[in-house]
Amino acid sequence: MSKVLIVAEHLDGRLNASTARCVTAATALAPQAIDILVLSDAPDAVAAQAAALAGVATVRTVARPENAHALAAVLAPQVAAAAAGYSHLFGPSTTFGKDLMPRVAALLGVAQVSDLMEVVDARTFKRPIYAGNAIVTVTAPADAVVVATVRTASFAAAGTGGSAGVEPLALDVALPGHTRFVGLAAGKSDRPDLQTASRVVSGGRALGSADAFSIIYSLADRIGAGVGASRAAVDAGYVPNDMQVGQTGKIIAPELYIAIGISGAIQHLTGIKDAGTIVAINKDAEAPIFEIADYGLVGDLFKLVPELEAALAG
Amino acid sequence: MKILVGYKRVVDYNVRIQVRPDGTGVVTDGVKLSPNPFDEIALEEALRLREKGLAEEVVVVAIAPADAQAHLRNGLAMGANRAIHVVADGPVQPLTAARVLLKLVEREQPGLVLLGKQAIDDDANQTGQMLAALWDRPQATFASKLELDGQVARVTREVDAGLETIEVDLPAVVTTDLRLNEPRFIKLPDIMKAKSKPLETVPMAELGAEAGDFLGHGPYAPPARRSKGVMVKDVAELVAALKAKGLV
Repeated sequence: MSKVLIVAEHLDGRLNASTARCVTAATALAPQAIDILVLSDAPDAVAAQAAALAGVATVRTVARPENAHALAAVLAPQVAAAAAGYSHLFGPSTTFGKDLMPRVAALLGVAQVSDLMEVVDARTFKRPIYAGNAIVTVTAPADAVVVATVRTASFAAAGTGGSAGVEPLALDVALPGHTRFVGLAAGKSDRPDLQTASRVVSGGRALGSADAFSIIYSLADRIGAGVGASRAAVDAGYVPNDMQVGQTGKIIAPELYIAIGISGAIQHLTGIKDAGTIVAINKDAEAPIFEIADYGLVGDLFKLVPELEAALAG
Repeated sequence: MKILVGYKRVVDYNVRIQVRPDGTGVVTDGVKLSPNPFDEIALEEALRLREKGLAEEVVVVAIAPADAQAHLRNGLAMGANRAIHVVADGPVQPLTAARVLLKLVEREQPGLVLLGKQAIDDDANQTGQMLAALWDRPQATFASKLELDGQVARVTREVDAGLETIEVDLPAVVTTDLRLNEPRFIKLPDIMKAKSKPLETVPMAELGAEAGDFLGHGPYAPPARRSKGVMVKDVAELVAALKAKGLV
């Protein structure tokens, strides 16, 4: 029988929604137990949120001052030690999990399954390669713990209403001092979080400037959407990196995705192909984005976007 | 200081990937092969550090089949001082790559190892982190800025929440993100010069790294396609369609 340990992602006392999606992926294994590991300097608030996730058996907490920031080199030896007795070790395929989990796998001397998108059975999984242009089935050996990062857009978030027990875990692990947190420049925004928003409006290079992005924000605020961008728009400096949607940015699955002035490079499409409904507005009728859009509208975005916002006002 | 740079050969990013009809893999025969774009960024960063006087030597490493010599010459033409070609029969998985790189790290004693954050073929995003773990040294993944100050590197990382800055003691492993730099173009005289630069060939087995190819792969399949939707003629038609679906 499988026993799964999920490494919780959290920031400022809040559990990241990616953890609830990992729980759903773990549920697909039909395991004996799903536990969550919270590493923090002050884990109580995050542990309480994790304990409320449906399907979780036990939340294990490790409280150490060194865990105040998520440094992979500091967390990895603790996760590796906590993995004893588990058949599966899951983390989210976010920058947090991508940074941490391979380090854990190497410490355990096992392979890692990156971007797990489907569970076939307890040792067999599907994952995307070549920017999502091919899907490969991978099989992990039976005699070792399965370490995986979960492609969060492929799994719905587990619900709440659970009441798992919370147990402190004592680990006798020496932690390195060679890696130190200096600071985090986080985009402060009152808008819905890009990775969990049910609606997302994204802008591309065609906006032409940072100022012009105001029409994207304005439309997004009208419908309560998160705001994203193509790589080209981030590279051009119109918006910060944390707004990038796509293969090397955020992989998202909102119910509604509106792509404005985005041509639709394969790397961008990889980040949105699990969206419910995709709308594209672009002046180029031949743009690849129209190949996957449910609704396409050809025209000048500077005319159409304000028009769309006005039409949605009623 | 010496910098070791991972320099993988992959299917060019412009190639339209096709899965073989029998599901045994993707079509690689006759397709254009190129350096992994993230590794080119890693090499560019190493060259810039050398040009600033912060490093003396840049060594490019590839674990690749015997026909990859031209690929390594490419890295030399871009500006690396020398190249190491670890000859492998076929693709290796990240844990094996990390174990092989560790053997080279032990031999070469670099002050910094620069790798792409992922290769655009298997998209694993693992090798740098695994090498750092096995080496028991710091890692700074997804770097968009790298500053060296004596025995410390200050690295800005592109993370989901924004830009995180960490400090790591050297030696360390740094993996590169897209916005770290824009790699230079190779000039013709540099291609000529590269022909006389040292290129060492080592059979992978000779390095004595333990194999780590633990995952079975296959079958391969094309991704599920989204069906092509409809074109609407104006905003009113779009809004009506979205309202009908209850999306706005």
